[in-house]
Formats: sequence, structure tokens, C-alpha cells
Amino acid sequence: MSTRYGRPGVLRALAASLAALIVVSVAGCGTTTSSGGEVTLKTIWMKQAGYSETEIQAMTDAFTAANPNIKVDLEFVQYEALHDKIVQAQINGDGLYDTVLMDTPWPAEFADAQIASDITDKIPADFKSGVFDSAFTAASYKGKIWGVPWINDTKFFFYNKKMLAAAGITTAPKTWDDVLAAAQAVKDKGIVEFPLVWSWVQAEAVICDWAEIAGVMGGADFIDDQGNATFNTGGGLAALEFMKKTVDDGLTNPASLGFTEVDVNNTIAAGQAAMGLNWTFGYNVLNDKANSTVAGDIAVVAAPGTASTPTAGVNGGMSIAVTTKSKHPAEALKLALWMASQPMQEKYDANTFPMWKASFENTTLTSVNPEFWAAASSAFAGLVARPIVPYYTKLSSALQVAIQEALKGTKTPKEALDEVAAELPTLSK
Amino acid sequence: MSEAALARPRQTRQRKQWPESWVAAAFVAPAALIIVLIVLVPLGRALWMSLFNIQLTRPGVEPFVGLGNYIDQLASGNFWGSVGRALFFTVVSTALELLLGLALALLMDQPLRGRWLLRTIIILPWALPTIVNALMWRWIDNAEYGSLNALLTQTGIIGHYQPWLSNSDTAMWMVILADVWKLTPLVAVLLLAGLQSVDREVVEVARVDGAGSWQTFRLILLPLITPVILIVLVLRTMEAFKVFDLIWIMTHGGPANSTQSVAIYAYQTAYQGFDFGRGAALGYLIALVIMVLAAVYLRLLGRVGQT
Repeated sequence: MSTRYGRPGVLRALAASLAALIVVSVAGCGTTTSSGGEVTLKTIWMKQAGYSETEIQAMTDAFTAANPNIKVDLEFVQYEALHDKIVQAQINGDGLYDTVLMDTPWPAEFADAQIASDITDKIPADFKSGVFDSAFTAASYKGKIWGVPWINDTKFFFYNKKMLAAAGITTAPKTWDDVLAAAQAVKDKGIVEFPLVWSWVQAEAVICDWAEIAGVMGGADFIDDQGNATFNTGGGLAALEFMKKTVDDGLTNPASLGFTEVDVNNTIAAGQAAMGLNWTFGYNVLNDKANSTVAGDIAVVAAPGTASTPTAGVNGGMSIAVTTKSKHPAEALKLALWMASQPMQEKYDANTFPMWKASFENTTLTSVNPEFWAAASSAFAGLVARPIVPYYTKLSSALQVAIQEALKGTKTPKEALDEVAAELPTLSK
Repeated sequence: MSEAALARPRQTRQRKQWPESWVAAAFVAPAALIIVLIVLVPLGRALWMSLFNIQLTRPGVEPFVGLGNYIDQLASGNFWGSVGRALFFTVVSTALELLLGLALALLMDQPLRGRWLLRTIIILPWALPTIVNALMWRWIDNAEYGSLNALLTQTGIIGHYQPWLSNSDTAMWMVILADVWKLTPLVAVLLLAGLQSVDREVVEVARVDGAGSWQTFRLILLPLITPVILIVLVLRTMEAFKVFDLIWIMTHGGPANSTQSVAIYAYQTAYQGFDFGRGAALGYLIALVIMVLAAVYLRLLGRVGQT
């Protein structure tokens, strides 16, 4: 015998189910409202390096105080998640952010993907003339400007004065050959087993070191105007061969192939390495007595060069892009220019150098640490960019693997880079 | 009551009834709808996407490429390299987990004093979330301050600290070690259940007939728990082939892609390269490999069931 149910019961069950579905499907959907002409800008920043979260909060608080009708929502993510989060948020739907933080290699991609808007004609003349020219390489693509330069950073050369002095070296290494000689002397004296430590993990960090060294070993023109690879013949190849030599000579800590910049800091801070490249934030970490056993022994200079090129620094700058989907582009640009203004940059200079040329003439600022300001001044004058192509993320991933294969010795530097060069047509598809 | 009213035939209100099958369908409908929306629609959409060149960073330009994405991947050394690494990880970790799990199951099956405590301790690694396990092993394997280096140098097994996770010769073995440590208890518990379902009288009879421990295990216990072993193999093989989280946290697939499994390759293609067309094709290729594995195992299980 089959059970039979009344129609109202069935309809009620269906109605309840549909209602539940509707509730489930709309749950989580939110709306934004504004009232009284008040504008709220949604912005995304990164957690580590550069300005701290507290500093960014203070800068935007000051902006809101000066512009009471513009509120700023801040969202902080790890650098590793920043690019992917921006792309997914801005390409799908209406776009979430009014401003996004843009790293040096991204302008080409963000411009082609219509994430960042062209602000070439909206940058004030005094801003253009006031900051280092190289700062704009972090925001330029096809002769246009896609973001307001904000952080000017590069990898500096940190060394342990005490260790080098114990090996008979009393002046800072000026060339990469000097670095090799100093490292060999430190190793021969048994001061540390591996004098050099690097951030050569399979990540963007290894590309930065490679590009910086390439900048003085024949130039860092990685791709020519026709889109063909040049990184496998000139400075790129010479830099990788140099890196491999430091491994073969037993001067580089082999763990470097898994190290990030934080590991480089930790290794030098623990007194287990004598020299290494790192961003500006390394200085405070290495000279912090609470966390570093070598605090006070660490000196910093601009990255070493060669006989013909005194120094080159990889452009690690970042800019603030106004998104194409922003409903308040004028207010967003106003915020970006505020964050990059000379007063803000000079006020919050603990972890990041200003990019304003005049700041380097201000002895009130530079007298705090003249050695580091001098290093920054010479490094910022000649920054080199990583390859500027719209398919940079794919190219960088392929280069990371190639560089690691060469350092490991499974391929020669030439073979490894040639393979990536041959892949370019596929990568750019 | 009037006579007319009495004379009128009594009208009973008949409610219209629905067949049981309709009611069942009504109750199943929401669940079916949800499955269609969150499983079948994305599957269909992914299949459709895999036939186009879809780059998230190139909005509006999505040319049809037919099976081009599949052909690209099948001709790509990167794809086959990642499949090879996933298979290596799968075979080695599953074999080790099976061997160690069997040994632990036999130990836990013995009438030892404090057996409950032994079982509790053995099961603990399985209780850890994968992310905690991965972070813990990343710390243990650290080149500068990891406890593995301390243990091996202090016992004289190695002379110098080794960069276990930065060396492409050792990184995969470290990942396998972390996986084996966490999942051997699961295998052991499943095999223990198999052992405990064996009729003890059969074992006793074999012993009375003069069979030694090894003979009893090889000729009596092992054949009787073979179906359980096969089930464990099915479960572990499919899970291991899809490995992602453990490797991602420990090595990100490096150094030099030496730990890049096929799932990590697919993730990097789709979500880091934003190449959704090729990413979708990769997803289908992975599903295909797992389907083949499942078919082989199910056939084996069927044969064992028949015998």
C-alpha cells in the first residue's frame, strides 16, 4: 500500500525548500551605501615590508581628517596574495577596490587587463619633477603612467663589519669580485662556513637578486622591443653564472635555494653569514638588539657593481593605481597623491625611504643614519626594472625554476635560460 | 433538521492525494538542485572553458581552441613531469604507509597490557590537521635550526646541517616523510579492523597444525585481510595523487619544481597564471587519471570479492 500525501503538504514542503534555497543563495551578499555626499574608498595594501599597517592607518586617518567627506576602508594582505587577490577582485564583477597597490612588474599586466587606469595627464607637474625619475619605472608601461609611485625600495648590500675585519677586510666591497674575495677570506679564516646568504627560494625574491646583479653585468634589458628574449645572452646570463660560482665555491649557504628575505635576515642576525642582499626593512631587523646577535656590527651600502658599472639596484618600488572600475576616481587619485606626498613620506621614514629628491638634502632626516641615506641616494639614482611584459607572472615562474635548476647544477646557466627563451611564444599566448 | 437535508446524500470532502513518488521527488528536489548548481553546472562550465583560450588578464578575448588546451598539456614536459612526481609521491608514500600500517596493526592486535594507551598514542598524528602537520615538518626540516639536523649531527649520522627542503634531491623525500608520519595511523586503524574481523579459530587451528607466526600471517591472515588492504590502497592512492596542501605549505612545489605535483601544477596554471582554459583542461586530465586508477582498483576488488 502506498502512502499518499495531501497537496497542500507537498506545496508547503516545496515552498519551504525554495525559501531555504533563496536564503542560502543570497546569504553573504552585501550592499554598500553612502549618504550625504560621503564617499568611501575601498583600498588594498600589503602587510609586510614598506610602510607598516600602523603607518598606513595613520596616513589615511590624516587624509580623512583633511577630507571629511572621504572615508577610507583599508584591507591588508600578505604580499604573496596581493596580485592574485587584486586580479580576481577587479576582473570579476564590478570590481571591489578604488585603489590597489601595484608592484613594479605588474603595470603591463594591469594596464592590458584594464585593472589600472591611465593617469599620465593627472600627475601634477611638481610631483613629476620632485621625485626620482626611476620611481616612475615602477608604474610605467608603453610610455604611460598607471599608478602614483609610493614606495621606493631596492635591495641593499648588508655586511658584518666585525667578520670582515677579522678576515682582514676593512672597507666595504665595491664590486661583486670584491664580494667573492671577501667571502673566500671569511671562509678561509673559519669565521663562518657559508659567508653569503641569499633569498633564492622559488619565488619572486630570486628574480630580484638575479635582476640586480644583471644590472651591473651587462645590463638588465631582459626582453627587446620585438618581444624576443635577451636575458639568456647578456647581463642575465652573466648574473646567473656569477650566482652559480658562489654556490660551486662553497661561499653561498646551500639553504639559500629555500630562503626568503626573512630567512636571510635571520641567518645574518644569528651570526651565521657575513653578507647578503635585502630590502630596506633588513636594516632595522639586523640592528635590533632584541632579535639580532650581531646588532651594531651590520653596515649597509648600495649593491656592489663591476669595474664599469658602480652599482645597480633592482626596482622594488610599488605604486598606488586607481582602478578603472572605481566609481570615485578623482577621490581615489587624491588619496594616492596624499599617501605619496613629501610630508607623509618624510614623516613615516622609519622603514621606507622617501622618493622625493629634496628629502635627501634634508639633513634633519639624513643625519639620523647618513650611511644608509647615502647608500639609498646612489641606489635610487639607477634602479633597474624586471622584465616589463603583460605575461610577467608566467615568465617569472619559468625563470624562477630555470635559475634554481642552474644553481642546483642540473642544467648549465645557458641551457636553463635558453629553455625559457624558447618558451616565450607559449608563455605570451 | 429538515427532511430535504436528510434526503441529500452526504458529501465528504475528498482531499486530492499525490502519489508517493511525487512527494519523494519534492523532498529530493532541493538537494538535487543544489548538486546541479554546485557540482554539475561548474563541471559543465569547466568543460566548456577547457575548449577556449581564457586568460583572466585578457578580458574579452577568448578564442575557441577546441582540444588545443588538452593537446598542449599532453605535449608539455611540465605536465608529464608533474604527473611523474605525483605518481612517485603516491607509490612511495602509499607503500610505506601500508607496510608500517600493517606492522602497527599487528602490534595493536596483540593482547598487550595498556593496549588502549598504545592505540591512543599511535592514532595521535592522524588527529593533527594537515596544515599543522606541514608547518611542524617544515620547522623540523629547517636547514638552520631544525630538530632533524640537530638529531642527525648529534648522533654522528651526518657531519653538517643539510638544507633538506632546499635541495631538490631531498625535498620530495621530506614531503613523503611528513605524509607517512600523519597517515600511517589511518592505515593501521583500517587494517586493525580487518584483522579483528578474522575468525580467531582459523588462526588457532593453523597453530595447532604446527604453523609458525610467519606462516600464519602469510597464509592465513594476509589473504583474509586482502579486501581491506585493497580498500586502503584505493583510498590512499586517490588522495595521494591529488596531494596539494602538504606540499604547498612545505615547499610551494620547489626547489626547481622538484616537489610540484600535478595538482600544484594545475593550481599554478589556473590561479597564478590566470590561464583558466588550460587550467580547466588540466582539471579534466587529472580527473581522467583518477578515474583510470579507480577503475583498476574496482576491478581488482571485484575479483577478490568473487574469490
